Amino acid sequence: MDPKAHSAAFDIPEPLLAEGETYATITDKISGDVLQTKTPRGMLITLLVSFFLVLVLIGSISYLFVKGVGIWGINNPVGWGFAIVNLVWWIGIGHAGTLISAILLLLHQHWRNAINRFAEAMTLFAVCCAGMFPILHLGRPWLAFWLAPYPNTMSLWPNFRSPLVWDVFAISTYLFVSFMFWYVGLIPDLASMRDRAAKRWQKVSFGVLAMGWRGSAHHWHRYEMAYLLLAGLATPLVVSVHSIVSFDFAVGLLPGWHVTVFPPYFVAGAIYSGFAMVLTLIIPARKLYHLEAYITNRHLDYMAKVMLATGMIVLYGYAMELFFAYYSGSPYERFMILNRITGPYGWSYFMLILCNGVIPQFLWFKKFRLHILSLFLVSIVINIGMWLERFVIVITSLHRDFLPSSWDMYYPTVWDWGTFIGSIGIFVWLMFLFIRVMPMISIFELKHLLPWKGRVFDSSADAN
Amino acid sequence: MNESVNPSENSLEKRHWRSLSEYDDSAELRERLHREFPVDASTWDNPVSRREFLRLMGASFALAGLNSCVKQPDETILPYTKQPEYLVPGKPLAYATAFVMGGFARGILVTSHMGRPTKIEGNPDHPSSLGSTDAFTQASILSLYDPDRSQVILRKGEISTWSRFLETLERALDAQQPIGGAGLRVLTGTVTSPTLVGQLRALMQRFPKARWSGYEPVNLDNLYEGARLAFGEIVHSHYHFDKADVVLSLDADFLGAGLDSTRHAREFSSRRTITGPKAALSRLYVAETMPSVTGSMADHRLKIRSSQVVRLASSLAARLGVPGARTVPLGDSMDRWIGAVAEDLRRMGRGSLVLAGSEQPVSVHAFVHAINMFLGNSGTTVSYTDPAEPEPGNQMTSLASLAGEMDAGRVDVLLMLGTNPAYDAPADIRFSERLAKVPLSVHLGTHVDETAGISTWHLPASHTLESWSDARALDGTTTIMQPLIAPLYSTTRSVHEVVEEVLGRSGRKGHDIVVDHWRGGRSSKDFDGFWERCLHDGVVAGTSLPVKQVKLRLDVGALEFPAVPSGMELVFRPDPTIWDGSFANNGWLQELPKPVTKLTWDNAAMVSPAAAARLSLSNGNLVELRLGQDAVTAPVWIVPGHEDDSVTLHLGYGRALKGRVGNGIGTNANLLRKRPALWNATGLEIRKLSGHYDLAGTQDHSLMEGRDIVRVVAQSEYNENPESLKKRGHVPGPEETLYPPYVYDGNAWGMSIDLNACTGCNACVIACQAENNIPIVGKMEVLNAREMHWIRVDRYFEGDPDDPAIYSQPVPCMHCETAPCEVVCPVAATTHDHEGLNVMTYNRCVGTRYCSNNCPYKVRRFNFLQYSETEIEQTKLMRNPDVTVRNRGVMEKCTYCVQRISGARIEAKKENREIRDGEVVTACESACPSHAIVFGNINDKASRVSLAKADARNYALLAELNTKPRTTYRARLTNRNPELE
Amino acid sequence: MAQIFHPSMKVISRASIVAALILVAAGGWIAAEVYRSGYQTNVNVPREQAVPFSHEHHVNGLGISCAYCHTFAERSSFAGIPPTHTCMTCHSQIWNTSPMLEPVRTSYATQRPLQWVRVHDLPDFAYFNHSIHIAKGMGCSTCHGSVNLMPLTWKTHSLAMEWCLECHRQPEKYIRPRDEVYNMSYSPPEDQASFGKALARQYNIQSTRLTDCSICHR
Repeated sequence: MDPKAHSAAFDIPEPLLAEGETYATITDKISGDVLQTKTPRGMLITLLVSFFLVLVLIGSISYLFVKGVGIWGINNPVGWGFAIVNLVWWIGIGHAGTLISAILLLLHQHWRNAINRFAEAMTLFAVCCAGMFPILHLGRPWLAFWLAPYPNTMSLWPNFRSPLVWDVFAISTYLFVSFMFWYVGLIPDLASMRDRAAKRWQKVSFGVLAMGWRGSAHHWHRYEMAYLLLAGLATPLVVSVHSIVSFDFAVGLLPGWHVTVFPPYFVAGAIYSGFAMVLTLIIPARKLYHLEAYITNRHLDYMAKVMLATGMIVLYGYAMELFFAYYSGSPYERFMILNRITGPYGWSYFMLILCNGVIPQFLWFKKFRLHILSLFLVSIVINIGMWLERFVIVITSLHRDFLPSSWDMYYPTVWDWGTFIGSIGIFVWLMFLFIRVMPMISIFELKHLLPWKGRVFDSSADAN
Repeated sequence: MNESVNPSENSLEKRHWRSLSEYDDSAELRERLHREFPVDASTWDNPVSRREFLRLMGASFALAGLNSCVKQPDETILPYTKQPEYLVPGKPLAYATAFVMGGFARGILVTSHMGRPTKIEGNPDHPSSLGSTDAFTQASILSLYDPDRSQVILRKGEISTWSRFLETLERALDAQQPIGGAGLRVLTGTVTSPTLVGQLRALMQRFPKARWSGYEPVNLDNLYEGARLAFGEIVHSHYHFDKADVVLSLDADFLGAGLDSTRHAREFSSRRTITGPKAALSRLYVAETMPSVTGSMADHRLKIRSSQVVRLASSLAARLGVPGARTVPLGDSMDRWIGAVAEDLRRMGRGSLVLAGSEQPVSVHAFVHAINMFLGNSGTTVSYTDPAEPEPGNQMTSLASLAGEMDAGRVDVLLMLGTNPAYDAPADIRFSERLAKVPLSVHLGTHVDETAGISTWHLPASHTLESWSDARALDGTTTIMQPLIAPLYSTTRSVHEVVEEVLGRSGRKGHDIVVDHWRGGRSSKDFDGFWERCLHDGVVAGTSLPVKQVKLRLDVGALEFPAVPSGMELVFRPDPTIWDGSFANNGWLQELPKPVTKLTWDNAAMVSPAAAARLSLSNGNLVELRLGQDAVTAPVWIVPGHEDDSVTLHLGYGRALKGRVGNGIGTNANLLRKRPALWNATGLEIRKLSGHYDLAGTQDHSLMEGRDIVRVVAQSEYNENPESLKKRGHVPGPEETLYPPYVYDGNAWGMSIDLNACTGCNACVIACQAENNIPIVGKMEVLNAREMHWIRVDRYFEGDPDDPAIYSQPVPCMHCETAPCEVVCPVAATTHDHEGLNVMTYNRCVGTRYCSNNCPYKVRRFNFLQYSETEIEQTKLMRNPDVTVRNRGVMEKCTYCVQRISGARIEAKKENREIRDGEVVTACESACPSHAIVFGNINDKASRVSLAKADARNYALLAELNTKPRTTYRARLTNRNPELE
Repeated sequence: MAQIFHPSMKVISRASIVAALILVAAGGWIAAEVYRSGYQTNVNVPREQAVPFSHEHHVNGLGISCAYCHTFAERSSFAGIPPTHTCMTCHSQIWNTSPMLEPVRTSYATQRPLQWVRVHDLPDFAYFNHSIHIAKGMGCSTCHGSVNLMPLTWKTHSLAMEWCLECHRQPEKYIRPRDEVYNMSYSPPEDQASFGKALARQYNIQSTRLTDCSICHR
């Protein structure tokens, strides 16, 4: 592809790759970041802070197991609190990865090559964080394995009618496939790391992970095939996982949960928050490692556009909820919406609209999209907004349902916050560890973005 | 969409409502967010200990996922050495005895598992039980196993022994002998026990100068004095609500907590349920200050200052034309009310009934007697007998005179048998300081309470279920009380055994004492038969008192009224769940939401919304209640329908007894009670203090939001066209589902709850708690909205917040045929059985709480923490062995008492027959005094429940959700007086 | 460039993939086996008792019927363990000096109960009722095995839920005539399939009901 053609086609000043990049420079830079001995200070600080939050998480979980879920703010009308809010939020965040890797791959959106590795890693860790909560929120977490169908002495199966059982399959499948995708994508790069590593232990460890990749045409052929298959496999998951998570609510009969628009609206929301999180992480990361040459503003611009699009779908979902409440004629639905807006948790609904509906509208303007700091801030705002969305759905629907006698309030405790913040901590921690020890940009895929003139064979670079 | 459930109706009023029926969210939120640590499981929580360690172990196992590999520990079986022939292990036995409250007996049947009493039911043969119970009776089983019961003899706080005490006593009595016991005083509660009275009379013979006084904080003084004033003699009035077409209650909570409430509720409800083709309900007028259970049942409720009731009575008498009665203007609306009531009463003549609360002054009772006599109700709706107490009298004056003697140092030996005057005597008696002047003061009680703390000796008393005794009901019917279990603590003695010691007959057992009293002249042969019969029936035949003819000897004109009170007045009432404080250490009753207020674990200064607005008070604000020099601090609780110029404070709180449940919570009202203003004091100064105190109510929101929850219909409307009721609301037809209908052949269990009969008395709640091993969670957990009651009584207000209609609605599990909870449980822990039960398998539950979220009735209860007590041995004894004890992390809910169903089914199947109607009686049903709850097989068209459900008033809660509940309700009817519309 | 790994790694690495899968599967299988084994369930493990009571001797040797000692089996949920008194009815006369029976005599003298180790111990959340099972023709030996051949008593079935359900799902496979209940050496007829169905009908056993959770759990 010719960069000029690109800029003609997209009418974007920014190229996908800075001028003057070659196979060599790319490999040197990216593998160098991992193999270099010194770690940037910003990186160290981030790791330290996030590790402290990991300790907070461990503390909260230990106390949880000793005492029981009663240490949280949940109560009789509000049986689900932060745990489920966080679950849905993290799963959502986990969506960008597969979307970028799989769907954009199939759609030949090559610009993805600069960010897919990063996004996949993010997906992996986000799904881990998500997967943690359904187990933690159980009254008897040590019996979580009862949700899995296995031959047991009770000769009982789980209840396959329950969305929670679907979740088990959905989330575990998603986790597995995302991992495969991520790992398979890593192999060629691992090989080049292996070859460039100076120290013995680095050679060995990268060698083992590279599974004997030699970059033969044979390997490449197999690789492309496998990668494509996995992409095909992962694509439906992008849609299925969050649809199933949305069933947790849609299958229930509570006003505010029992809504048909949930699956598409959840998926859109998921991608929305996913891309927001990618931006939140990649903007500082590329600053830390001076990757502006590879993750160019044009990438950010594209991501911003995706956010804008999905954001509009989410907004439509909100509108639909209001419409249903009016059109259903059900007093419970109507009250639910009134209560959402005017009730004690009204603040959360307004914040939600502000974060997810109003502020992102700035993304319509290119100037704004290309102003990195503002983009960064918006991405954070959207993350908050998407968390609030789940808060609104879970809490306000539960706390005032059918019989006014059982209405009550939900107040999170320090332990709710501890677990939530802690999960963010472990996510960031894992993310930056990954950046430190693995190539965060797919070296070989990035090379596809090289303009032809850049593609001169350079003996200093390896034959991959 | 049908209009009946349209929220847009009277929404203005609603908004106004929400502001007062809910607390200020923002403030609350901040307060909660700043609470450093979430509260512990409950006030029962023991200090960190082995238990905590075990929890940690459990948790670590959990983490390792090893728990399934831990071997089940070995269990040993201990057979008898000699098998008692009547006892079959695994089969409960029932014994008849009595529960004594305020000195009067209620007949009960106690279930015993392997020698452990576990459950109390009413005795159908007993006049003040009629087979039902109230909350107190149900909860008394917990008092037996209360781990805080006194277990040691104390001398000045030091542990001592019986022999030491007996020596001291003997020496003291020897000193008394020569002076004829001039320095010997006995203080008891109200005593109806023939045996004890016999003993005390014997005591008086041995010490002619000795004196015996009786004092109950909640007593019948005013009734007795009223009768004395009206008839010239002390008689007890018995009301017959089943014969009354119009009832006027002057501040009498005859359906609520009270001495004869069970019988009253039964008789009253018999006139509120529909027997014929047309409804012919009795009409209830209530004039009261604080909304009560009775008030909530009223067709017309008048809020009136307690001190004004006498004027109302006088005016009413005048309107009726009672000679001499004076009309006192009370303002137009009240006068109009009185006029209408008088008209109604006159119309009904002998079918009418007027009664006054025992807290009302003597003059009111005098008026009531005059009015009833004038209307000719004597013999129809009211009957008079001698009091069941052998020695009735004015307890207040007798206590006062005792206190005087103590003050004068004329009392050398004071025996306080089962009383706690140091706490519950009025402030001006200054009992505590006067007790210090008594050289030898002996306190016999079940707890180391306030009095025990300051007496020279404290003796642990055995519980009534541990000892032989006897007692009389209000109508005189006598019950021989037999023990269900040997005393849990060898140190305890029954009151009889102690008095016997004073009589110098040392070391005699309670059984012999009671038997000897009853043997009298009888030959041992026919006595044995008599004794067997008495124990078996739970009543001694022919002991009820004969009806007495009385003549009115009173000119009501001569009755003078107190001066018109100015400013606010403070009203004292016995607490609806703690009574006079004697149940303060009973966790079940502490956590029982009080009728109307739905408050738990505290008492509070009850004020009306108007008064609250006037004084800018909100729930939980601390106020100072000042009467002259004395003042107490109490949190405010706003009660719609409360009188605007009064504050109500309930007795029984602010205890200082050594107990882990009832200690130091609430405000001690006795500090403000002074003669003669024992029940309402004028000239109250109320001052708002800074600071907030969390009050744990179980129902934040009291409005139905225009939803068809409690269905209320005018009697006239019902009579015109009953079928019209069935058209109310949207009930989905069978076609409105994708699934083929499931056919229940065989038994199909169902329940019907008559909202017309239900008074909201809470008996069912405690009965359920006792039957199903339901734990208490403690105040903090109630604040977190985590109470565990399987059946709750919802309370709704409707109409003008200053004078609302009050509705109660018991809500157990609905056992929906298409239960939303079942679909969503991932591990199939809650499923449907072939008899239509929505069953909960605790040991399969992993605790996702999805079922609870998806339950539109929110009847499911979750063990957020380890609520059920695992450490205290006594509570283990109390457990019902037929019901699994639930641990942390498990969902639970009403099972329709599946253990009782299984029991009946097994017996039926062994005999190859069907289960008979009425063979399975749920705990709530059997407790319900007004027969509001009916349970049975809805496939049997002749069963009581089928007939109940055939009533046109029958409706399902939230039917439009198509959950097909097995529990349905019967609409409440009102019988309002057209003249007052 | 020097090779990091020896060529053999090629094989090893491939093998390791397969090995990993096998390992996981094997782990699961072993866990399941251990959980069902006698180690967990005490099946076929004779239990030491304070008094080495031999059912073999008393039932086979002396021909004492089950109900003589386990008196409540037909009346109550609990079959009943004989009081010391029952033992002494005979053992005050015979073997009344045997050291083996010393605990029994002391128990009788001191009125202190004998302590027996529970052989068949259901978890407390499962409510089993002997009387109904006997009334509906479930033989003692069906669940307890040939107790009459046990010198020391052990349990012959795991009492796991899957085992209970075997019968609760199709009782006709195990049901026998009521008067054969105590027959320890009862063997089902060839036509048990049809015979059982007939009996089930006669005793009006609704097998659908029998798998309701509420039948055993409350």
